Amino acid sequence: MTKQRISIAIAALGGQGGGVLSNWIVDLAEDNGYLAQYTAIAGVAQRTGATIYAIELFPENEITKNGKEPVLALMPVSGDVDICIASELMEAGRAVNRGIVTPDKTTLITSDHRVYAIEEKENLSDGRFKDNEVREAIQDAAKELIIFDMEELVLQSSSVISSVLFGALAGSGTLPFARDAFENTIKKSGRAVETNLAGFELGFDAATGKNPPDQVPCGETITVRDEDLLDRIESFPAEARAIITYGVHRLVDYQDADYAKLYLERLESLNGAPGDLLGEVARHLALWMGFEDVIRVADLKTRAERTEKIATEIRAADNQIWYSHDYFHPRFDEFTDILPNTLGNWMNESKIMKMLLSPLFSKGRIIRPKTISGFMLLRSIAGMRFMRQASRRYHMENKRIMAWLELIRKYKDGNLELAMEIALCPRIIKGYGETHARGINRFSRIMSFINIDENDPELSKKTAELRDAALADAKGTAFNTSLENYQAKDLISNDGKNREFKWAGSS
Amino acid sequence: MAERSFKQEVEKLRLADGDEFRGEGILAVTKALLQAGVSYVGGYQGSPVSHLMDVLADAEDIMNELNVHFETSASEATAAAMLAASVNYPLRGAVTWKSTVGTNVASDALANVSSGGVTGGALVIIGEDYGEGSSIMQERSHAFAMKSQIWLLDPRPNLTSIVNAVETGFELSEASNTPVMLELRIRACHVYGRFTTKDNKRPEFTLQDAMENPNRDTSRIVLPPANYLHEHEKLKERWPAAIEFIKSRKLNEFLGAETGEIGIIVQGGLYNSLIRAMELLGLSDAFGDASIPIYVMNVTYPVVDTEILEFMKDKKAVLLVEEGHPNYIEQELNTILRQAGCETILNGKDLITDIGEYTSDVIKKGVEKFARANGLLGNSRFETAKFTPIDVPMRPAGFCTGCPERPMFTAIQLVEQDIGPFHVSADIGCHLFSILPPFNIGNTTMGYGLGWAGASAFNKNAQKRTLSIMGDGGFWHNGLTSGVGNAVFNQTDNVLMIVDNNYSAATGGQDLLSSKGEHEKRSTQHDIAEAVRGVGINWVKTVRTYDLVEMHRTLLDAMTTKVRGPKVIVAQGECQLNRQRRVKPKFKRDVKAGKRVERDRFYVDSDTCTGDHSCIRMSGCPSLTLKENPDPLKSDPVAYVDNSCVGCGHCGEVAHAAVLCPSFSKVSLVYNPNLWDRIKDTMRGAVIGWMQSRAERKRRNRLQKAGLL
Repeated sequence: MTKQRISIAIAALGGQGGGVLSNWIVDLAEDNGYLAQYTAIAGVAQRTGATIYAIELFPENEITKNGKEPVLALMPVSGDVDICIASELMEAGRAVNRGIVTPDKTTLITSDHRVYAIEEKENLSDGRFKDNEVREAIQDAAKELIIFDMEELVLQSSSVISSVLFGALAGSGTLPFARDAFENTIKKSGRAVETNLAGFELGFDAATGKNPPDQVPCGETITVRDEDLLDRIESFPAEARAIITYGVHRLVDYQDADYAKLYLERLESLNGAPGDLLGEVARHLALWMGFEDVIRVADLKTRAERTEKIATEIRAADNQIWYSHDYFHPRFDEFTDILPNTLGNWMNESKIMKMLLSPLFSKGRIIRPKTISGFMLLRSIAGMRFMRQASRRYHMENKRIMAWLELIRKYKDGNLELAMEIALCPRIIKGYGETHARGINRFSRIMSFINIDENDPELSKKTAELRDAALADAKGTAFNTSLENYQAKDLISNDGKNREFKWAGSS
Repeated sequence: MAERSFKQEVEKLRLADGDEFRGEGILAVTKALLQAGVSYVGGYQGSPVSHLMDVLADAEDIMNELNVHFETSASEATAAAMLAASVNYPLRGAVTWKSTVGTNVASDALANVSSGGVTGGALVIIGEDYGEGSSIMQERSHAFAMKSQIWLLDPRPNLTSIVNAVETGFELSEASNTPVMLELRIRACHVYGRFTTKDNKRPEFTLQDAMENPNRDTSRIVLPPANYLHEHEKLKERWPAAIEFIKSRKLNEFLGAETGEIGIIVQGGLYNSLIRAMELLGLSDAFGDASIPIYVMNVTYPVVDTEILEFMKDKKAVLLVEEGHPNYIEQELNTILRQAGCETILNGKDLITDIGEYTSDVIKKGVEKFARANGLLGNSRFETAKFTPIDVPMRPAGFCTGCPERPMFTAIQLVEQDIGPFHVSADIGCHLFSILPPFNIGNTTMGYGLGWAGASAFNKNAQKRTLSIMGDGGFWHNGLTSGVGNAVFNQTDNVLMIVDNNYSAATGGQDLLSSKGEHEKRSTQHDIAEAVRGVGINWVKTVRTYDLVEMHRTLLDAMTTKVRGPKVIVAQGECQLNRQRRVKPKFKRDVKAGKRVERDRFYVDSDTCTGDHSCIRMSGCPSLTLKENPDPLKSDPVAYVDNSCVGCGHCGEVAHAAVLCPSFSKVSLVYNPNLWDRIKDTMRGAVIGWMQSRAERKRRNRLQKAGLL
């Protein structure tokens, strides 16, 4: 006897609408001569966890013929699932791990997009799982694979992922029902029919290969028109040139052409360094020289380009009125940072000034850049760009940059590996406020560590490990453990204090 | 208001003789109760039986027509005590809860009602939350059935069998004067299927009859000498009566092949999984025509020894498929076999794993071993292909988008930054997700409403106080007395934070005493702070959770103040899931009607975000996620607010309170702007546009001069 039953498993995330999709499939089957049973485990998984819905369909005429009801399963069984529908890439991977997808039987229909899990999101740098490995593995695991970015189609049709999945299911031809039967199910449900049908159509077309969604292009190109500049950039090894071009562009945008020239000079001082080292130095030097102070933030927040970006991202309708309320929390330090160096230092060290002015910085502020007063306030701060190179912060960062570059220069010929590891360390320094202070603190501790025993043959390995440990957790547990393992007791500290450790670059 | 509206499902409760019901298992049970002429229904909500309660709460008309009393009990103990109505009167009553946790709470009343016995049918419907998707300790309700002598039904998981079990459950209860538990596994509660309905039955003997003509029999009360009498009755009268009823009504089923050398005994609830496993092994067809005899125990307690011996007779070996630990049935069957001198081999947990849910995959492996051991299956192979597991992230449950509980835990993080880590005693509810990433807060949880009780030993002078958490659900369930009353009486110096989110949120958003919404039939709006003061707490502060600064300040104050004695913070914020259910349709209606409305959502500037993700670690909102860094110089992904944002404002508050970064903006979108909106916007647009283009010109000049444009 050939198998009459169709077993379907839906792997979704709580709140993604797996229930809606299940209901549609049940309605579709019941209206077209099939008995349908479906089960799910609601419970805690409903709150953002991963959920599996199990559906089984059985032809009514077979039931009549046999005079009894079939025994249907309440969960997907390995080796017995005909169709697996996943609403997100990792969930497709998880379904394969659970044995729900088998190469002899299962058509896997999955969205290619990612909904990041908390462990990926909370990472201090980049904790995302590797999409490509999952894509390859599910390709091998399934009998047939239908995969495309459904989230993109959801946005295009203003619908929900269930409707795109339902369209893909129809397009896959795995169910013995015609397209209009699927569409009738949506119509019958009576909810958001228009947008759901639009999503259905996009899903159907993509699954039948009629209209695959476009790949989103990324990265902008910069054209260099100035011959001298072009020559200078081309004097660097080929693999570093693109990054250097971005760096130059960034620093002109950030400050001016002279500042970009200083950037190039600094890179040229590493003459003879290999391309990969230069590329990393170029990347981090550009970011560091373009350190983010309130002047930069105010500048970015007042650009026309930003207004457009927000409007797209929040999906505002054409000509829809909207206002942004921007959250700022400048601290006393950030205020003294933009003052001329001597004044800034004096203010920063003066207990009286701190006491007098601190109340101004004790709480966060909200500025509205789309009001005239809000815009003018921000624009006037942005206008302080001309004072930047005299500022306290500039002096501090400059000293750090010089010291960091000096270390790289020192090791690039004798210990290239170490030079590379040092070049990568500024990745730890990020953000503003507390986050930035924490980054500087850990960075300075690694730099001090390098200074302890520069003849340590393991130094480059240790530097790399410390850098990874510094990015492992916010509380610094892993970082302190590593320092302890390397017997650098003096450098173990509670980052709560956030002070910069003494090294060549500390002020 | 529950998480879903059940108005549609309520209509299904009206189906008449011969109609077809299509729907969820637990709703079929609800319909079956009405068909069985139930007089009263109570219970405490919780997955997987919440929907039974929710649909009855919405079915007031029908309940009135049938003269049935339904109430949402204060706790499972309350619900179990409700069965007292069936002790003296021929009233059928049913109560329901999540098990084993609910049964734990109910066990005092259950033991009493089982001791004295019942006149009217008393049915306890338990949602067995065991196996995948469970949120509780992995135990068996079977133990309660055994210790209190309550009969335990475990029907096959199809709607017809489940519905029949309700009806026969009442009859069994009445025939043996014993309460009956109907055990439904989580998947059976949620299974969508169909059955043929009967008319609803109005109870002949009514609650009013009982109230107006009270009937007393003091021998039903647990106090000497009656308690000794009860023990005698249980074993010598009620047990044999039950066995007789189960046998004569054929509640257990002999399915599959009529005869055979080997056989399988299975708990009814696992029947479908067994059949699928056997089908894949070629030992059954899709309709359950198995080639091996199967004894289906739709009643798992008491075990009918004569049926067992009858089934075992002439068989070489029998496999028992019994889910959960300890293997009570296996032990009992072995006793029966031994005492009867039966030589049949009984396999069970020796062939099927003794840990975890009995899925078809698990059962399949066991049946395969059993069949091969007995010379079946030949050379056929049944393994599915082996492959290396794919590396995918875990997806623990977490707080919903915009959840008001999130700021409470951010505040705890901030206070721990101020004064160092402290002991946190957690409770049961959504707030227990705090123990998962990104918050990782909480030391223990001892049960529903027991958050503060769980810290009661820490009543010493120390440099740090402990903090306990309790939800409003747990508070009204028992926390007011077990936690707050206890803390007052024993004069603790510790702190309790109560989540006041207007609903019993984790169980599906049911109303409770402190709900803010008006309710026709129930009394709500009872203030938690007042209740707490009423039992003697003097230090009580009420805070809006989304006000993170205030939340932080209040908690820090509570943890460090010189004032001694118990301290309570009532943290208020409406459950966002339920709030959105209320607010979203209204918003859509307003927009459609042309009213001027604003909608807020958040936005992260990817240009100023530096990819450290502190904001995510301190908020954990699902809508706060990652995207590729648009900056070619940076590799770490930036934070990004997706379209599910409800504009609760917490991420902005976090950026402020933790001094993170200037990347967060709240964007207010105006729908149906009025004239003044338009004028303002045009004016602002003109002035800002002019200034913007001037600045942009300068920037472009700079780039051009450098040869970059």
